[in-house]
Amino acid sequence: MIEFLAMGGYAFYVWGAYGVTAAVIVIEILAVRARRRAAMEEARLAAPEDPTPTVVPGGAQ
Amino acid sequence: MAINWYKYSSPAAFYPLAGRLIPWFGWSAALLTAIGLVVGLGIAPTDFQQGEAYRIIFIHVPAAWMSMFLYLVMAFWGAMALGFNTRLSAMMAQSIAPTGALMTFIALWTGSLWGRPTWGTYWAWDARMTSELILLFLYLGVIALRNAIDDPRRADRACAVLSLVGAINVPIIYYSVKWWNTLHQGSSVSLTAAPKMAAIMLTGMLIMSVAAWFYSIAVSLYRVRAIIVERERDAAWVNALPEVRAT
Repeated sequence: MIEFLAMGGYAFYVWGAYGVTAAVIVIEILAVRARRRAAMEEARLAAPEDPTPTVVPGGAQ
Repeated sequence: MAINWYKYSSPAAFYPLAGRLIPWFGWSAALLTAIGLVVGLGIAPTDFQQGEAYRIIFIHVPAAWMSMFLYLVMAFWGAMALGFNTRLSAMMAQSIAPTGALMTFIALWTGSLWGRPTWGTYWAWDARMTSELILLFLYLGVIALRNAIDDPRRADRACAVLSLVGAINVPIIYYSVKWWNTLHQGSSVSLTAAPKMAAIMLTGMLIMSVAAWFYSIAVSLYRVRAIIVERERDAAWVNALPEVRAT
């Protein structure tokens, strides 16, 4: 295990590459999830109270 | 059975389709990444010249391929948006830019960490590295241009034009190692010649490449769904979405 982590003396370069790649991918996934949540919230705030057209009972037309 | 592809050029029809596709591409990407890491870090033998440092190849090459390919896809959707004035094409182009920039950053970062032990330097202004850095600036330029223009439809056209002009950089990156004397090595894999690497190493690299494709598709579809909701928030079908009603 120690030998595997040491990467034959290249640990800094190999794990530096793999680690930063994993980190930026996690950041992108968190960012798109946050963007989706924000978009949903904005859409909800922009929406009328009841967007489905309903027939008002006893109302005109 | 004939599928009416034109139907899916409407954001309202594409939104649920994209939602169904995301888990397939996302989980396939995760599974392939796991297999690729086992092959690349576990099974593939130590390189007789570079030792363990060569293992950076399993992320460097897939990310570099994706960085160029995603740019062409972004420019293609931009051209579609310019030619046919389709909103969804422009949204796809908008969705791809951040992931393309991410892949370009990964290619540059891992290349730099690979260059130090093998060439003795993190960076050199050779044609391959410089043109890949320009690719990063093009992606960031497209993103910044969109943020600078308030009207989304005008931003679509401006970004499409910049993407198309910048597409000239992709063949320059690809052929840079042939056209100029570069510190960067030539292609190890090409369509016209036998690969210059061991079969197990090639297998690991190809698995990681397919994983990078599936990841990029999944995250682009996820982002384009958010973009559709951002840009179509006044549409009745968006207001009626359960995920909008529930938040």
